[in-house]
Amino acid sequence: MQHTFDFAPVLDAWPALLQGALQTLKISGISMALGLCLGIIFMLMRMSPVKAVSAVALAYIEVIRNTPFLVQVFFIFFGMPSLGITLTAEQAAILAMTLNCAAYSAEIVRGGVESIRKGQIEAGRALGLHTFDVYRYIIFRPAIRAVYPALCSQFILMMLNSSLVASVSAEELTYVGQSIDAETFRSFEVYFVLGVIYLALSQFFSIVLQLIGKAYFSYPTK
Amino acid sequence: MIRSFGTSEFLFILEAAKWTILMSVLAFIVGGSGGLMVALARTSNSKVLRWAATVYIQIFQGTPLLIQLFFVYFGLPLLGIKVDVWVALIIGLSLHTSAFLGEIWRGSIQAVPSGQSEAARALGIGYVSLMKDVVLPQAFRIGLPATIGFLVNLIKGTALAALLGVVELTRSGQLMANITFEPLKVYGAVGFLYFIICLPLTYASGRIERRLNAGH
Repeated sequence: MQHTFDFAPVLDAWPALLQGALQTLKISGISMALGLCLGIIFMLMRMSPVKAVSAVALAYIEVIRNTPFLVQVFFIFFGMPSLGITLTAEQAAILAMTLNCAAYSAEIVRGGVESIRKGQIEAGRALGLHTFDVYRYIIFRPAIRAVYPALCSQFILMMLNSSLVASVSAEELTYVGQSIDAETFRSFEVYFVLGVIYLALSQFFSIVLQLIGKAYFSYPTK
Repeated sequence: MIRSFGTSEFLFILEAAKWTILMSVLAFIVGGSGGLMVALARTSNSKVLRWAATVYIQIFQGTPLLIQLFFVYFGLPLLGIKVDVWVALIIGLSLHTSAFLGEIWRGSIQAVPSGQSEAARALGIGYVSLMKDVVLPQAFRIGLPATIGFLVNLIKGTALAALLGVVELTRSGQLMANITFEPLKVYGAVGFLYFIICLPLTYASGRIERRLNAGH
């Protein structure tokens, strides 16, 4: 059987694909930002001297990191309604991605915070900085700067993982691809095009995150 | 009649876990062999090999696993190869694994002090023996924590097989959720099983990493 490649029907659907790519950008961007904030809260809990608080954070982080994202999505989308919480597919997707991102960010940022020398914090206090400013300028900024590359690759992995939320019919790039596939039966061409778009998206994220890093973390260290 | 999620339903899911484990082990072995080739190509003296390995890694690290699996599943028949969905899955997962392990092991190979290979060359040792007896054993130690870390990701990645209809842990959960209408319990149980498969590996990876760092 000779297959003739025909990309035309797939490429004709470019407005839908563009829409899907933007949707992927949107849900990934939101989840990254929320996930990082939530992750910092979990990290603070994890480093808390109160054993119970630290244990809760540890349990959360380990459960998320040791179960598949797909199962987490199913758990939230199909399981939550039985607790009386009904979410749209998009809300469930953003919630699952945020919770997932938070666990990984917490661990990555903790690595950075642990690398901050105690003398730095003491020096800050001695200079009369408020606790908030000590956290902001002496702990978080250098800590996140130190682990920024790891954080970026985790964010990009998250963006790629967002393809799984198509399975609960949240409308993003993969979902759009699957509907084009269902209409045109050009499966191979569809997934080829999706692969190219995702590749472009991950390059895009990589560049944007680097620029953000440059803007926020370019200050002299010595 | 609606079944409730009881012991026999749990056992059905537990039984399906063996397919998850089998799939992970197969993909890890096949993908690991490929990963070694990728790592060697990536650190070789030949520009073409280095370039090819880099492109391969970029493509597989820059696209979602789900798309890779669909791509292989729909792509192989176009090459005239008629394969079972299981075979397509193992091939897809292995290609994915090769890229990630290739990149991890590239780092490990480059982390072995260059004096080691210079000394070996000065002793007149050839490439095969240099790699096999000098560099790789040391690189293996360095790369072990990250390799186990990737294995955990691979086990979690096999969950995507459910979306291609293969009955493994996640798919069996979907089936059970559909007949019991208790998704919270069912996916809780599925998550729990993944957790007890993955946690010891995560724990081992962390322990080995701390032990390796303790030397410095």
